[in-house]
Amino acid sequence: MNWSKHQVLEKSSILLLVGILITVAIGGLVEIAPLFWLGSTIEKVSGIRPYSPLELAGRDIYIREGCYVCHSQMIRSLRDEVERYGHYSLAAESMYDHPFQWGSKRTGPDLARVGGKYSDEWHVAHMIDPRAIVPESIMPGYPFLARRTLDSSDIAERMETLRLEGVPYSDDMIANAKADLEAQVNPGAVSLKAFLARYPKAQVRSFDGDPSSGSELDALIAYLQMLGTLVDFATFDAAGPNLR
Amino acid sequence: MAVPLEREEWKAFSDFVALVSSGLCALVGLILAVAGKDPPMRFHGCLLLGAAGLAFLYILTQVIQRREPKTEAGYFDGVIRAGVIATVFWGIAGFLVGVIIAWQLAFPALNLDLPWTSYGRLRPLHTSAVIFAFGGNALIATSFYVVQRTSRAPLAGRWAPWFVFWGYQLFIVMAATGYLLGVTQSKEYAEPEWYVDVWLTIVWVVYFLVFVGTLAKRREPHIYVANWFYLAFIVTIAMLHIVNNLAVPVSVLGSKSYSVYSGVQDAMTQWWYGHNAVGFFLTAGFLGMMYYFVPKRAERPVYSYRLSVVHFWSLIFLYIWAGPHHLHYTALPQWAQTLGMTFSIILWMPSWGGMINGMMTLSGAWDKLRTDPVLRFLIVAVAFYGMATFEGPLMSIRAVNSLSHYTDWTIGHVHAGALGWVALITFGAVYCMVPWLWHRRALYSQRLVEWHFWISTLGILLYITAMWVSGILQGLMWRAYDSLGFLEYSFVETVAAMHPFYVIRALGGLLFTIGALFMVYNVWRTIRGDEPVDAAEQPRIAAAPELRPAAA
Repeated sequence: MNWSKHQVLEKSSILLLVGILITVAIGGLVEIAPLFWLGSTIEKVSGIRPYSPLELAGRDIYIREGCYVCHSQMIRSLRDEVERYGHYSLAAESMYDHPFQWGSKRTGPDLARVGGKYSDEWHVAHMIDPRAIVPESIMPGYPFLARRTLDSSDIAERMETLRLEGVPYSDDMIANAKADLEAQVNPGAVSLKAFLARYPKAQVRSFDGDPSSGSELDALIAYLQMLGTLVDFATFDAAGPNLR
Repeated sequence: MAVPLEREEWKAFSDFVALVSSGLCALVGLILAVAGKDPPMRFHGCLLLGAAGLAFLYILTQVIQRREPKTEAGYFDGVIRAGVIATVFWGIAGFLVGVIIAWQLAFPALNLDLPWTSYGRLRPLHTSAVIFAFGGNALIATSFYVVQRTSRAPLAGRWAPWFVFWGYQLFIVMAATGYLLGVTQSKEYAEPEWYVDVWLTIVWVVYFLVFVGTLAKRREPHIYVANWFYLAFIVTIAMLHIVNNLAVPVSVLGSKSYSVYSGVQDAMTQWWYGHNAVGFFLTAGFLGMMYYFVPKRAERPVYSYRLSVVHFWSLIFLYIWAGPHHLHYTALPQWAQTLGMTFSIILWMPSWGGMINGMMTLSGAWDKLRTDPVLRFLIVAVAFYGMATFEGPLMSIRAVNSLSHYTDWTIGHVHAGALGWVALITFGAVYCMVPWLWHRRALYSQRLVEWHFWISTLGILLYITAMWVSGILQGLMWRAYDSLGFLEYSFVETVAAMHPFYVIRALGGLLFTIGALFMVYNVWRTIRGDEPVDAAEQPRIAAAPELRPAAA
């Protein structure tokens, strides 16, 4: 082999640059681009809907506090994980997650299906002082969440931004964003029928046990309590059209 | 006489551009400081206004007084001296935050139950401080040093190199304070929000232009191998950073944005980015460092030219495919997982090609490992690189990954690379450069370098062995079944089992940090110009080039 030919690249910064650009572009193009158009990438399931305004606000708090650093939201298709956490996670379940929250480390347990596993009271006490509930826990306490009023002033703008990126929020949902957010923690204030039509299976109650005002803790628990509850796995067929 | 005139015009033009752009930055800062929609945005607006305002005033005084930016011996070294000091400073800051969060995992009361001190906000602060602040400053400083020497040309640009340095520090401060205030987009190693990403993009483009501009001015026919690696690092990081961070801000005056990607596509894009932050920031860039400082310090030529050609192109081609091994058994389609695993295993070969090329450069000079602790830092770093790049392909195998993923084994692996490879080779380069850049006869004390080496190495060993044991233990406990076919352990039992290893890990990190404090003291005494205590024991290469005794 004639190694002196490599000198062509070594003697021209432009050619070297172009060579590098081509070389490093290939892998990403092959691995990422097809995921956007291969239909089999995301399963066809029923039940997945965009987050309600309160759940979205809770998710933003989950991101702000860096919960993803210790908690995954991705149950792998391994026997022990399915037995510990529930059905393995589907791509469809995070299709409206901008960005994804699959995580990479389980310092704490997976949360993909934590919704409904514990009571609201459990979550409130656990968030305020984790070791009061689980003595061996190493989770930080988040007592300040219960004290902070939820700032929802730009919730409609947040939903509009997500709609721009492909989350199917309707005009109706955005117009009612603020009212829906308040309705979910304060049942009885407004008609819930329209709200539940917009967000099926949404849970409506004061999550932090203090109905006087919506706190950040309300939003976070509303988010945790809906995680993994949308897909009905009794009707999910992993073999048929969803075979990947 | 036409040439000097053109030079003057060129200078006036660059002064003009520097004034206008710093003025514009100050204006943007003012707008964000006044009209920002949330407190972090207004705070960061103030930071930008302050930094750009100071830059504007400084440039203005220099222009009015017709002062030249200082250069000496034909090289632009002031910015490198600043970079070396920044590397040491951010290194200590990043290590300290790491030690704090390690103790938090052992004793959770240390989270203090406050938002600004909880693990979830401090962990990104630690990772960004060590990767981008410590590693990034080391890469910028050494790349500026190496590209000038190997091209025999001063850095391109009049103000641009200083903009790269200060702009990068501003990026670090905005990112770090943002994390503490809860401003994050939650993409690992890419946590800064959209406006900080935009700022880094501007800084990075100027960095790229300075680097390529210097290569273009070179008076050597060949581009030296270290510069191939630095160039690949700069270009690829630009590509990764821009693609992975595409996001739509909720308001152009607010800090919050949403990534344009979601779910599975976002996961793939993120780990394409994440693994190549390792592959290009923490590997290719630092290999550039290896290719200059190892042969220089050992006073031996690089072992094999052909090996450097082969391993350069194969390394940068293969690395970019490795991301999906972070997503085994997840909702990512299996074909992508398999591609990621396959390329990760193949990647073992070019990685070891680089290790062999670095280590074998010592051929005929192995005895120097015994007498020169600075060279030992450089070579032990390459050994850790070899170890970590064997462990990585092993962990990318699906069956192994089913055990290791989500556990501390990954944390141990990362730190074998980060502490063993990245930090040790940086320490070696810093010990080389300080006497060279400040025109000293030798380091203040070689004995302190020995102490640093052994204390830090002991710390690394404690750290990674503790994480191997805790990671494999926890992975096995998660999948353990009792005789009746039930899961044997609840999750929290596996957390409780981690405690002793978390304490050992924190002690290892503490030792590593104490070792680095020896370096701070040594570097400070050397820069101050104190008489070296053991100059006679140091190799002649330790001295600045103009102060070296003639070779025997």
